[in-house]
Formats: sequence, C-alpha cells, structure tokens
Amino acid sequence: MTESTLNMGSTVAINKETLNQIISTLTEKGYLPIGPSIKDNVVSYGPIGSTDSLPKGFSSDQEKGFCRVKRGNHQRFFDVAPGPHGWKKYLFPPRTELFKAYRENGCWQETFENKETPRYALIGVRPCELAAIQIQDNVFIREDFTDPIYAKRRENLLIITVNCLHPSQTCFCTSMNTGPKADSGFDLSLTELDEAFLIEIGSDVGIAILKEVEWEPASAYLLQIAQQGLKDAANSMIRQIKSLDTVPEMLLSNLEHPYWSELGERCLSCTSCTLVCPTCFCWDVEDSTDLSGNNTQRDRIWDSCFNPAYSSQAGGNTRPTTKSRYRQWLTHKMGSWVQQFGSFGCVGCGLCITWCPAKIDITEEIKVLQEVTS
Amino acid sequence: MKETHTTLSSAVHEEHLLAPNWAEIKEIIHEAEDVATFWLEYSDEALVNNYSFGHGQYNMLYLPGYGEAAISISSDPEKPRLIGHTIRFVGNVTRAISRLQIGETIGIRGAFGTTWPIEEYKGHDIVLAAGGIGLAPLRPVIYHILNHREDYGRVVILYGARTPKDLLFRQEYFEWEKQGIEVMPTVDRADDNWEGQVGVVPMLFYHLRFDNEKTVVFSCGPEIMMRFVVFEGLARRISPERMYLSMERNMKCGQGFCGHCQLGPFFICKDGPVFRFDQLEPYFNLEDL
Repeated sequence: MTESTLNMGSTVAINKETLNQIISTLTEKGYLPIGPSIKDNVVSYGPIGSTDSLPKGFSSDQEKGFCRVKRGNHQRFFDVAPGPHGWKKYLFPPRTELFKAYRENGCWQETFENKETPRYALIGVRPCELAAIQIQDNVFIREDFTDPIYAKRRENLLIITVNCLHPSQTCFCTSMNTGPKADSGFDLSLTELDEAFLIEIGSDVGIAILKEVEWEPASAYLLQIAQQGLKDAANSMIRQIKSLDTVPEMLLSNLEHPYWSELGERCLSCTSCTLVCPTCFCWDVEDSTDLSGNNTQRDRIWDSCFNPAYSSQAGGNTRPTTKSRYRQWLTHKMGSWVQQFGSFGCVGCGLCITWCPAKIDITEEIKVLQEVTS
Repeated sequence: MKETHTTLSSAVHEEHLLAPNWAEIKEIIHEAEDVATFWLEYSDEALVNNYSFGHGQYNMLYLPGYGEAAISISSDPEKPRLIGHTIRFVGNVTRAISRLQIGETIGIRGAFGTTWPIEEYKGHDIVLAAGGIGLAPLRPVIYHILNHREDYGRVVILYGARTPKDLLFRQEYFEWEKQGIEVMPTVDRADDNWEGQVGVVPMLFYHLRFDNEKTVVFSCGPEIMMRFVVFEGLARRISPERMYLSMERNMKCGQGFCGHCQLGPFFICKDGPVFRFDQLEPYFNLEDL
C-alpha cells in the first residue's frame, strides 16, 4: 500500500465493510457521524454507529405528492434518494436558543448558554444537498455579515458525499448543474458500486481519515462502471428546466402575469415545500416568558414565506394572498436569489415536488410560465 | 448597484446572534396622541462613545417578551450620545414600549440600513415629502441641513398628517423656518383652528415651482402617498435618479438573512430602507409583492 497515491483529487477503492472503519475513525477523531436510515417509511438523517442502520437494500419511489421506500433487488447502502428530513437542521437548527433575558429593577440583562459546538460528520450527502449547503453558506457566511451559529457548526463540519447513481423520478439536478456527481466541497466522495466504494479525496481531513483504513488503488474497471453509471443517472432524469439562464429575467419581468392567479388557486400555502427545501433559510424569533414577565428566553425558529405572519407588519400583511406567497417563493428560488447571492436558490433535488400535497411541480410551472410569457 | 451606503456600527454583537445592547430611557416626549419620541442612552459607556448612525437608518428596538420592532432614528446623527426614536404605537411591540417609563431599559440592535444621500447633494434644492410617522426618518436630514444650511439651496418640507393634532414636531417648525426652510403642512381633516392646507401631500406640489435640474426629492410615508409624490415629481421633470424613497416591510434581522422584508431582489432591511427610485421602480407598487 503506497500512501503517495492518497492525494487531493485522487480516487481509491475500499471494500463495502471498510465504511464501518471510516465511521469508527470519525468517532475516534471526535466527530458525531450522521447518516441516513429508514424511519416511518422515509429516509431520515440521524446519528449512526455503524453501517447497520443505513438503508441497505432499499430504493425509493417518488412522484408528485408521493414518496415511498421499497426493498430493491440489491445490497447497496445509499440507493435511496433524499427524504423530507434534510441536513439543513445540523447547520441551521429548526429551533436554537439565542439568549435568556431577565429584568431587575426595570433593567434587562441577557445571559448566554455556553454550548459546545457539535462536530458533525455527514455521511451520504447527495451532490444536490452539498450544493444546497454551499448555497446556504452564501446566505449565512458573507463579507458583510456572518451568522455565528451557522459559521461555527459549518467550520466543524465534515462531509462525505455519495454520488447519485439512482436518482428519483422527481430529481432534476442536471438542469441546475448540481449533480449527479459532486465536484468539490466534500472531504470524501463515495460512488457506491455493487462490489466496492470508490472514494474521491477532497480535503486533507479526508486523506487523514483514509490513512486509518484499508484501501486500494481504484481499478480501471471500477472507474469505468462508475463513469457509465453516472452518465446513465444523468440521462435517466425526466424532469428538466430548459434555458435556465433566462428564467430569472422571465420571472421578474412577469410578476403581474395572470398565470400566478392560477397557481395561487392550486397552492395550499401549507409550507411543506419550504420545510423540505434544503436551501430555504427564512427564520423567525420567538420569546417565551414566564408569568412574572421578568424572565424571557429568545429562540430562533424556522419560518416560511407561506405563513401569513411572515409578511405581516403593523400596517397589515403585504402578501395577503396565496398567489402572492407562491409568487414570492418561486421568483425568489429561481429569480431574485441570483441577484442576492450569485446562484439559484434551487438545486434540483425535487423534494418540493415530492412533498407538495397539491402536486405542484416546479419544473412544469417554469415550463408553463416560459410558454405563456413568450 | 446601491449608491447609498450601509454603515454597521459597533453596536451589533458579532458573537451572539440577535443579542441586543441595553439602553436606558432618558426622556419621553409626547408628539401626538399615539406617538412619542423615546430618547435612549446605552448603559455601556464604551457604546455611548462609539455608537454612530446615518441619516435615515433604523434600530431594532427589543422588549423581552414582546419582540423587536424596526424604528427609524429621528435625531441628529451629529449628536449620537442620545438616540431619538419617534414611535407610533400601532403594533404589539410599540404598544408595549408606550407603557415604559423613564429609567427602564430597551434593547437596541443597529444602526441598520441605507441612508439618505444628503451629503451627495450639496448645492442642490431639497424637497422632503413626508406622510404621518414618515417625517421621523427625515428629521435627521432636516438637522443636517440646519447644521450646514449654507451647503444647500432651497429646502421645502411637504408634510401631511391625518389631523392637525397628528402633525409631528410642530414646535420645531418655527426654528426650521427661521433658517429659511419652507414648511408646508397639510391635513386630511382640519379642525376649527387650522388655517393651512387640507388634502394629500402630493397635492402640495401644485403650489411649488422647482428647478428640476437642481431639485432632489426624499420621501417617506405610506406607499400610496410616495407613489403619487413620484408621479408629481416626474410630471415636473425631476428625474427618477433624483428621487429617493424610504420603504417599509416586516424587518426582523436587519442584515438580510431572515428573509421577511424581501421586495423583489431587495432585502429592505439592508438594501434599503432608502432606495433611489429608478432602482426600486420595477418592484414598486406591484400588487402584493
């Protein structure tokens, strides 16, 4: 075994069982390994101790407003496409205590909980999900402002991606240029074949982990299967957004098009899409106060642009209709996000399609909007 | 793309998200039935000395248990030790603030947002068009003009309120006029003693002749009012690049990462509240945007 081939950007092979060694190495290095498992008939992410809890042998079946996992005719760990629970909660928790405040003699003071920042190792991050993390990086870690909660967690984060060989029917990452292969931004990147994992090295931390486990050079045969698999995966994606570059302008110059009313009729304003969306970053703050009124805890919680209170202020609600909220959501994701943060707010994961109870399909709606506005 | 500048003062916690600094209420001036100016001073001496804000910026004022409200600073940026906030008691937070007494504390985060580019328009004529509480974020501009009167040409304040009793800062108009500022108030409903104009703010344009090449308009008030202020300005050939509006949305974080205050591509909290009209125009006055 020559260590000289463990370089940034190089690809090696490991046995399927070796993933367990990687997980225990991560634990030894002080990380909390997080990975997928099947819970309530969907994929859910949580702490894992070994490969035993991974969704081995499962495949996913997703369509508009439909999501099932099913036993597949294989023994692979990572065939199931993402479910409703994304990685977002590990960097941007749904509820975080910000501070406590107490009042003495009419004067308020605040106290901060001294919490250690967790060191998560995310195992099984899809290329689209990795792209979503990078998009949220641009929201929370900026030149003019940095969110300390997000930034500390992000700094500690280790990412092991899994390239997508079996996308679900609602995926359209090829349109958004985020998959099915992860190009950069990971520590290690797996491609799971029937006989072995290929591992691409993306960081020094990744090299350090691989040094602790058994690996071998990747054979031309395995590399070829992986390459073909990724090609087939890309070609299998039915859903597409065409002429992506022109979409922001198309949306933002047609904010008063009558088609938004039609969409507003179908949308239930239920917030599902924003909850499953890996890039949605909106949040609210909430105070919980005791009966004396002298002690308050202030929490940050996830919010959604579909909540009526989201756009309400003393003068009234500036987006009082479902139509206006859906328009905000779609034009933000696929339009104004580009001007705000330099990328689209959509990674093509298709989760908003899968989890919309009204079966609204963002790819179809963009297509219709392109037609009716042309 | 912005021409106005954001100056984040040292009073924003870097380490603890959304944590306010506490300030003591030093004075409360009742301005109208449901409006008062709260004069605040930081409890921390270092903050008192280092705090600064720009014309038209706002603070997030926090009352534990009630939450935060974005409140424009209505005092003179050249005197930042005591910070004036003119507050209308219309929401949950502001109504709770209305019940506070001198000596109690309020949390402050800020100052946030873009500023009125008053210093870029030295030598120009200035029209300030305000409605209701909208005069508050323009008062720092008035103070700037008073402090540097020789730097500006003609200055006109067009100001409308519901009734004469709702006109803010009335006791100061005399001082302003003494320095050659034309104050033109108007009300929706007059009372027995009212001898001024009755009607909406944009109507006041009919009484004025402007040198359109030299005039710049700063406006803050209800959107419908600002819409017609712009309309009257354009009708008098004041270019869109010379009209600035201060916008309002549901601002929460003040730094463009909680999402609430979006209007098209803008986060009103950091890309605004002050916008040059030509930049705002594509997203201004669209229904429910």
